[in-house]
Amino acid sequence: MRRSNIWLWFAAVPVYAFLYIPLVIVVVYSFNDSKLNAEWVGFTLSWYKALFNNHEMLTAARNSLIIAVSASFCATILGTMAGLAIHRYKLKFLPVLVFTPVAMPEILLGVALLLFFLQVLNLTLGMISIIIAHTTFCIGFAAIIVRARLQGMDESIFEAARDLGASPWQTFRLITLPLIMPAVVAGGLMSFTLSIDDFVITFFTKGVGEPILPIQIYTMIKVAVTPEVNAISTLLMLLTLTMIIIASKLDSSVLRRGTK
Amino acid sequence: MALLEIRNVTRRFGDFIAVDNVSISIEAGEFFTLLGPSGCGKTTLLRMIAGFDLPDSGQILLDGKDMVNTPSEKRPIHTVFQSYALFPHMTVADNIAFPLRMAGKTPDEIKSRVREALDDVRLSNFGNRFPEELSGGQKQRVAFARGLVNRPRLLLLDEPLGALDAKLREEMQIELINLQKDMGVTFVFITHAQNEALALSHRIAVMNQGNIEQLDEPSRIYGFPRNRFVADFIGKISMINAQVLEAAPSHLKLMVAGLGEVTAPSKEGVRVGDTGVMAIRPEQVRISHHAEETELKNHFLGKVQGFLYVGDVTTYIVELSNGASIEALLPNSAPGRAKFFEAGDPVAVSWRHDAGIFLND
Repeated sequence: MRRSNIWLWFAAVPVYAFLYIPLVIVVVYSFNDSKLNAEWVGFTLSWYKALFNNHEMLTAARNSLIIAVSASFCATILGTMAGLAIHRYKLKFLPVLVFTPVAMPEILLGVALLLFFLQVLNLTLGMISIIIAHTTFCIGFAAIIVRARLQGMDESIFEAARDLGASPWQTFRLITLPLIMPAVVAGGLMSFTLSIDDFVITFFTKGVGEPILPIQIYTMIKVAVTPEVNAISTLLMLLTLTMIIIASKLDSSVLRRGTK
Repeated sequence: MALLEIRNVTRRFGDFIAVDNVSISIEAGEFFTLLGPSGCGKTTLLRMIAGFDLPDSGQILLDGKDMVNTPSEKRPIHTVFQSYALFPHMTVADNIAFPLRMAGKTPDEIKSRVREALDDVRLSNFGNRFPEELSGGQKQRVAFARGLVNRPRLLLLDEPLGALDAKLREEMQIELINLQKDMGVTFVFITHAQNEALALSHRIAVMNQGNIEQLDEPSRIYGFPRNRFVADFIGKISMINAQVLEAAPSHLKLMVAGLGEVTAPSKEGVRVGDTGVMAIRPEQVRISHHAEETELKNHFLGKVQGFLYVGDVTTYIVELSNGASIEALLPNSAPGRAKFFEAGDPVAVSWRHDAGIFLND
């Protein structure tokens, strides 16, 4: 092995250790037969069982799923439209307009949306406000993925469709949409994963009534990091990971999120 | 009435004039070629005919009707793109069926027309393949089939052979000529390859900087180029500075400094005292070892400077006594022999009195 390689390993190993050991610990302790996250006692599934009997946790999970599905659905449609528009109209300000929320600090977006909902729209905070907030910050991601796909395509394909007698709408339905579909689905899955584990924006835009999963987890660890929290975190991790893997299989630009 | 009439069409991009007041009329059944270097405006003109772009001024008439307000999908004009532009998510059969579907044909008719079209381009067994499973030449044939299947009034071809290798390109040229003859569809072909234009076209418009330099039949474009751009762009040609001594109805007498008098065919509009070049094609120049048996009027001495062997023929570059160089082409009729002259050999070159052409400055 060459010398430079050894040094690269010295850099890489600690980085990956810091990234993944905490995650592994969470997963491992979710199966630990002990109330404390201190030592390994034995294997159990009882924390998962407890989780499914925890009414508040289930409600939080259901709420989060409703929000994630609705927000990613809206964001996918709007983001696809934005991606198409950015690609087609080559307007300088349009990408800035669409992609800015992606780069914006979440706390800023959270505060801004909160003020907007309360003071301008006079909206009662609740599920609706969270869905709108999540849709806003997911649009940019969906648009980036769709645009990246369009950039890699031969422009004359769309001209060929028109040339051969297809109206603009037929061209979209029969040619454009099927060709960008992998990116559209990937954008949707991406939005879903962003929405389901979002804490900051949710925290600002949620009402008092309904529990939301990331916030529920936070409330629970304020008391103590119980194995139940490990269990729900493991499940969340599994869901997110699956979505990201499917999305990146569909469209490679998913893993380049936030970049041009 | 001409099938397609382009009247005083101009298209600008900012300060750049891509197409400058161009008028062309194309007859039904013609194989018409727009030939020129890249950036000459041929693609812009084609895009305006197809309806992808609009002229800033002028008219484009099909069967006498102005097309400017007709969108691309409503024009009975189809295009074969340089990149083929096949729909990657559709099979070959679905690609070819696309224009028929858009035209609202019945499923039965679509089926039989697609089968016919596949037969025409010898791809009968490829209907269920996807474009990515085809070779370049096969994709090209699918693109032709798709462009022709709904019998457009006009088929536009945008450098369709550009991406193919030389051997395949020659095969496709023959196929293209046959397709056009069989279908009777009018072709407007775009290329920067002059040999392709000469081989395929009934008429050629040579374009340069947004203008048409010459519009004529291939043999006339090659044989009687109207100016130095056309002469230089089409084929090989040697040019020697000359001045007109005598302009008779039957011939021109030219003076070439340091060489002497040259006789050239007469040409309209040329006057005594005009300066320009005497241009001559390499295959019209005879080259021989010193022995002078020639009765040709134009004969001069020179020295072989170099040669270019390309298999069937060898081009010799001969330096004349005044320092100008002239090319002479000789078929390699003796097997295995690459050249009949060596660099440095003293030679005689000669050409017929009606072979060269005088081009004004």
